[in-house]
Amino acid sequence: MQNHFELFDLAPGYALDSAALEAAYRGIQARVHPDRFAHASDAERRASMQWTTRVNEAYRTLKSPVQRARYLLELNGVDVAFETNTSMPTEFLVQQMELREALERAGDAKDAAALDALRGELRAERLVMERALAEAIDARRDYAGAAGLVRKLMFLEKLDADIDLAYEALEA
Amino acid sequence: MALLQISEPGMSPAPHQRRLAVGIDLGTTNSLVATVRNGVASVLPDQQGRPLLPSIVRYLPDGHAEVGYASQARQSDDPRNTIVSVKRYMGRGLRDVAHVETAPYDFVDAPGMLQLRTCAGVKSPVEVSAEILKVLRTRAELSLGGDLVGAVITVPAYFDDAQRQATKDAARLAGLNVLRLLNEPTAAAIAYGLENAAEGTYAVYDLGGGTFDISILKLSKGVFEVVATAGDAALGGDDFDQRVFCWVVEEAKLAPLGARDMRKLLVKSREAKEYLTYHGEAPVSTRLSSGEWVDLSITTEKFCEITQNLVQKTLGPTRKALRDAGLTVDDIKGVVMVGGATRMPQIQRAVGEFFRRDPLNNLDPDKVVALGAAMQADVLAGNKPAGEDWLLLDVIPLSLGIETMGGLVERIVPRNSTIPVARAQEFTTFKDGQSAMSFHVVQGERELVSDCRSLAKFELRGIPPMAAGAARIRVTFQVDADGLLSVSAQEKTTGAEASVTVKPSYGLEDADIERMLRDSYEHARDDMHARALAENRVDGERLLDATRTALAADGELISPHERGEIERAMAALRAVIGGADHRAIKHASDALNRATEEFAARRMDANVRRALAGRNIANLNV
Repeated sequence: MQNHFELFDLAPGYALDSAALEAAYRGIQARVHPDRFAHASDAERRASMQWTTRVNEAYRTLKSPVQRARYLLELNGVDVAFETNTSMPTEFLVQQMELREALERAGDAKDAAALDALRGELRAERLVMERALAEAIDARRDYAGAAGLVRKLMFLEKLDADIDLAYEALEA
Repeated sequence: MALLQISEPGMSPAPHQRRLAVGIDLGTTNSLVATVRNGVASVLPDQQGRPLLPSIVRYLPDGHAEVGYASQARQSDDPRNTIVSVKRYMGRGLRDVAHVETAPYDFVDAPGMLQLRTCAGVKSPVEVSAEILKVLRTRAELSLGGDLVGAVITVPAYFDDAQRQATKDAARLAGLNVLRLLNEPTAAAIAYGLENAAEGTYAVYDLGGGTFDISILKLSKGVFEVVATAGDAALGGDDFDQRVFCWVVEEAKLAPLGARDMRKLLVKSREAKEYLTYHGEAPVSTRLSSGEWVDLSITTEKFCEITQNLVQKTLGPTRKALRDAGLTVDDIKGVVMVGGATRMPQIQRAVGEFFRRDPLNNLDPDKVVALGAAMQADVLAGNKPAGEDWLLLDVIPLSLGIETMGGLVERIVPRNSTIPVARAQEFTTFKDGQSAMSFHVVQGERELVSDCRSLAKFELRGIPPMAAGAARIRVTFQVDADGLLSVSAQEKTTGAEASVTVKPSYGLEDADIERMLRDSYEHARDDMHARALAENRVDGERLLDATRTALAADGELISPHERGEIERAMAALRAVIGGADHRAIKHASDALNRATEEFAARRMDANVRRALAGRNIANLNV
C-alpha cells in the first residue's frame, strides 16, 4: 500500500508545501467522495467510503505538524513511544510545571487575558520546536533526536487542549 | 411498472428522465420540501400555495394522523394527542428532555427514547416524525409527477448519533430513500454560497425552533469545507416562548395549569414573541378554562431581560467553534443567519456585536436550509454533469469514545474530524483466561462516562484463553458520510477472528421498524408485497443503470472474462426485474452487486491515479 506521501504524490519530508497537499487532497476527494456515488451500486459506495476514509486519515496526519513528524519517524522505523517513554529533560519538565501552574492560576482567576497570553507563549514555543524538527528530520536525519522533540510537542499539544478547556470553563 | 432503460450504455439520462430528488428540512416548528427544476431550487408549496408545513401531528381516535395547519388549529383543544416540536424528543430519553413538566403529553419512558401515549396508541417520536415526512413526500410526488429516487434530509449539525439514527429511521418509515443526512448549517452554506458566489471563511449561525448550531466553513470554488461546528441540541425559539410563558404564569399568579390551558398559553406566548420582532410591546390575552382572564402586556425590554441568558448561551458554542477552527472573529468574512428565531432583534444585535459586523440576512431564514438540501439532493442523484457539481466536506460534531477503567472515556474519534472517518484502538484483557470483553460506546466531550451520551453497549465473546494482557482486541469506529457510527471489535493475536458490529441504538431495533412499517401499511390498506416489489425494482434499475455507466466509462479496467461475469449478472437481473417476484429481484441485485465488487475497487484506484495525473499535467502548464 502507498504511504501517505505517495498517496498525494508529495516528496516525503517534514517541510511540506501545504498548498500542494490541499490541492492533491481535494483532487482525490473530488473523485472518490461518497457524494459522487450516492446513486451508485453498493460495491462502489463501499469502495468510495473506504477510499475517502483513507484519504481523510492521510490528510489529517500530514496536515498536523506533530502527526506528520510522528508518521515520518514511523516510516523510518522510529517509534516516538509517547505513552511509554516518559523520560524528559528536567529543564523541560520544570518549564511544563510552571506553564501548568500559570494555567491553573488563570483558570481559577477566570482571567481570559492571562489565558490569551499563555496561549501566545505556547504557540511561539511550538513554532520554535517545529523549526527544530524540520532541521532534525530533513537536514540531519537525526530521527532519535527528532523523537524527543515530538514527545515535547505532544506535551505542548496536551497543554493547548487544556487551555481550551479552561476557556470553556470560563465561558460557562 | 418501471420503464426499461432504452438509452445507449453510458449515455446520461435525457432531460425528461431526470432523477426526481428532493431536500427536506424536518424542522422543530415547520418542515419544508424543495427541489431543483431547470437548475433553480424552489420550495414546493401545498395545494393552497403554502410553503411551510407546521411540524404538528394530531392523532385521531380512528388511528389516522393529521399533519400541519389543521393540527396547529386544534392544538389547544386536543393537546394530549397533538404533538408539537417532536424533534426535541428524537433519540432522547425522558430524563434528557427539558420542560417535561410543561409539555401537555402523556409520556411513556422507554429505554433510550421516550414515547407518547395518544388516542391512537403509544407512538415513538420516530413514528410522529415519519407522519410529517409522509406528507412532504406525497406533496413532492404529486407536484413532480413521479416517484422520488431519494431525499436529502437535514439535521442539526449538533445532533448526536442517536438523534441522527432516529431521523434516518423516520425517513425509512415514511418510505423515503435517504440519499444523505445533511447538517442544517451546511445546507444553508450551500444555498448562500452558490447564490452569492461566496469565497472565504464564513460562519453560519442557525437558531431554529429547538436547536442551535454554529458552523465555520471555508468556501472556495466548487468546495464547501466545514472547519468546525458546535452548538446546543436543546436550545431554540421554543425556549424563548417558554420564558414568556413562565413570566406570564408568575406575573398573573396563576395556579398550576391543565394541559389545555398550558398549550393555549404557550401558543399566546409564542405569538407575543413574534409580535415583539416588529413592535415595542405585545399583548398576552386569553381566557382560561376556569373562566379566569389573563390580560397582560409584555414590553421588548422585559422580553430581552428574561431571555438574555438564552442569547448568551449561543455565544459559548460560537467561541468554541472559532477556537476549534483556530480562528478569530477577524478571520470571518460573513455571518449567515438561519432559522426563524434569528429574526428576534436581540439575536441580530448580539451576533452583530460578537462578530463586529452586520449579519447576512439576504436569504429567507425559514427556507434556506431546504433549498440547500434540494441543491445537494440534485448533485447526489447524479443530475449535475461533472464540473458543475461541488465537493462537500463535513465533520462530526461530537467526539466518540469508549468507556475504560474507572468510568473514564478514552476518546477514539475527536470532534470536528472530517467524515467519513475510521479510527481504531487496541485494548487487552485484564484477567487470565478471560473469554469475553464488554464495550460501552459513548459520545461527548466530557471525561466521565456519566457525563457523556451512552450510544451502545456490546460484548465480544470467544476470546481464546490467554494470560491477562496478552489478547489484542482491536476496536474500530467507522463514521460514514451521514455522520452515523458503526463499531466493530476483533481479537488479533491468535488469528481467531471474533467480531461484532453494533448499530448504536436507542431501543428501536430493526424489527421494531419492520413492525411499524407493517402496521402503517395495514392501516393505509397498502399492499406490503406491492411496496417491496416497487422498491426492489427501483433499486434494481438504479443498479443496472450504475453498472452500465461504469462499464462504459471504465470497461478497460477488467478482463473480457470479468466483463462477461458482470454482463451475465446484469442479464439475470434484467430477466426478473419486470416479474412479480420481489425476492428474485433482490437476489439478482445482490448477485450483481457481488459481481461488480472487484470492478468497483479498481475504478476507485483508477480515480485516484487520474486525480494525481490531472494535477501533474496542470502543474506542467504553470
